Amino acid sequence: MEDKKNISKQVKDKKEVIIEIKDLYKSFGDNKVLDGFHMELYKGENLVVMGKSGSGKSVMIKCLVGLMQPDSGYISVLGKEIKKLDRETLDILRSDIGFLFQGSALYDSMTVRENLEFPMRRHKEKFGVIKDTTSLVTDALESVGLAHTINLMPQELSGGMQRRIALARTLILKPKIILYDEPTTGLDPITSKEIIELMRNIQIKYGTSSLIITHDVDCARVISDRMILLVEGINYIEGTYTDLIQSTDPKVEAFFKK
Amino acid sequence: MKLKIPKKIKQSLTELGDLSYFSARFFKEAFRPPFEFNEFVRQCYQIGYRSLTLVLVTGFIIGLVLDLQSRPTMIQFGAVSWMPNMVGISIVRELGPVITALVCAGRISSGIGAELGSMRVTEQIDAMEVSGTNPFKYLVVTRVMASILMIPLLVILSDAVALFGSALIENMKGNVSFQLYFNTVFDVLSYSDIIPALIKTFFFGFAIGIVGCFKGYYSKKGTAGVGVAANTAVVMTSLLLFLIDFVAVFISNIFFDS
Repeated sequence: MEDKKNISKQVKDKKEVIIEIKDLYKSFGDNKVLDGFHMELYKGENLVVMGKSGSGKSVMIKCLVGLMQPDSGYISVLGKEIKKLDRETLDILRSDIGFLFQGSALYDSMTVRENLEFPMRRHKEKFGVIKDTTSLVTDALESVGLAHTINLMPQELSGGMQRRIALARTLILKPKIILYDEPTTGLDPITSKEIIELMRNIQIKYGTSSLIITHDVDCARVISDRMILLVEGINYIEGTYTDLIQSTDPKVEAFFKK
Repeated sequence: MKLKIPKKIKQSLTELGDLSYFSARFFKEAFRPPFEFNEFVRQCYQIGYRSLTLVLVTGFIIGLVLDLQSRPTMIQFGAVSWMPNMVGISIVRELGPVITALVCAGRISSGIGAELGSMRVTEQIDAMEVSGTNPFKYLVVTRVMASILMIPLLVILSDAVALFGSALIENMKGNVSFQLYFNTVFDVLSYSDIIPALIKTFFFGFAIGIVGCFKGYYSKKGTAGVGVAANTAVVMTSLLLFLIDFVAVFISNIFFDS
C-alpha cells in the first residue's frame, strides 16, 4: 500500500496532466447529474472514480470522449480541448483513447477478428493501409489470452470473454489512455479478479494511463493509485484507497462499509 | 385565448419534425466522402437478396388471386378477353409496387429498426463513434441507399412473377397461351403506366429505409425499446407508403392523364 502511495505521489509530482476537467455541468431536464465536477489524470496513473449508480460517472466519461455534450465546463485530453475540435480531429484524438464499455459493446454481426480489425481500418492516419492484420489481431488477442477465439462470433463467448475481447479491441489501437466504464459489472467474482489482473498487466506492459469508473470496491482497492468519490455531481472526497477507507465521513463510510 | 395542443398531437408533430431533420441529415451525409462502399454492398445483399423469396412468393400469389377473383366478374360482363389488360395494368401501376413495399416494410423496416435499436441499447453505436467511425454514415446512409436501390428491383421482379401467376391461370382456365397473354399485356402497357410506378418505388425504398433507421437509431428504454422501435417502424412506414402512393398517383394523373 505504501508503494502505491509513493507511486501516486511521484506521478502527481511530475504533473504531466493527460486529462483535465474543470467545472463540468450536465443536466437532463431538472435532474442535475454533474454539478461542477473537476479532475486531473496524470501520465501513468490509475485513477478510479467511484460513486453510486446514477451519480454521473458514465455521463462524465462520455463527455470526455465527445459522446455527450456537457452543458458547460472545460475538458482537455492530451492537451486538446474537446469542445473546440472538429469531427476529424476528434476522431484522430480518439485513436489515442481506448474505451471499454460496460456491456463490452462488441459488434454482434462481426466475428472477433472483424471486431478487432474495425477500429484499425478506421484509423488509417495511425496505421496506414494495412493489408494483413492477422499478426496485429493475434497479438492483441494473445495479450488477453483468447487467441483461439479469433473466428468466433461474440454470441459464442461468455460475458467475461466478451469483456476481454473488448479490451483487446481497445488495445489494438495502442492507446495512451484507457477509459474503463464499470469493467467488472455483471461478472462473477473470479472473472472480475481476472479482468482486474488483466487491467494491471496491460498498464504495466503498455504504460497507459487509466481512468476507471466503478462501484466495485475490490476493483478500486487493487487497481487505484488515486480515487475520487463522486457524490451529487461533485468530487466529494479525493485520495488514495487508504485515505478513503480511513475517512470518518458518513457518506464515505457508507460506501466502503461491507 | 391560449390554444392547447393535445399531448398526442404534439408528440406526433415532434416526431415528424425529428424524422424530417433525420432525413435532411441523410442527404447531407450521403454525398460527402468517405463512402462506406463495402457496407453498402453488404446491405444490398441483406435487403435485396434476403427479401427475394418472400417478395417472389407474395407476387406470384397476388397474380394468381387477382386473376381468380376477377375472372368470374369479367365472364359475367363478357369481357374475359380483357383479363390480361386489366391484370397487367393493376399489377404494374398499383398492386405490385404497393404490396411489395408493404411486405418489405414488414421485413426490412422492422429488421433495421430492431438491429439499430439493439446496437443503440448495447452501446455498439457509441463504440463505433469512439473508434473513429461516423455511425450515421456507416449504419444509416448505407441502409437507406441500399433500400432505395433494392426496392425498385424487387418490385420489378414481383411484377414479373405476378404476371406469370396470372398468365398461368389464364392458360389453365381460358386456354390463353403464355405468348398471347404477355403480348396483350405489353401491348396495353404504356410508359405512363410504367414510369410513374417505377419512380414511386424509389420513394417507397427511401421511406422503408429512413423510418427503420430513424426508429432504431433513437431507440430508448432498454430492450423493451428495441421491440417498440421495430413495431413502430412498420406502422409508420406503412402509413407513409400509402401517403406517398396517394401523392404519386395524384401527381402522375396531372402529368400523364392530361
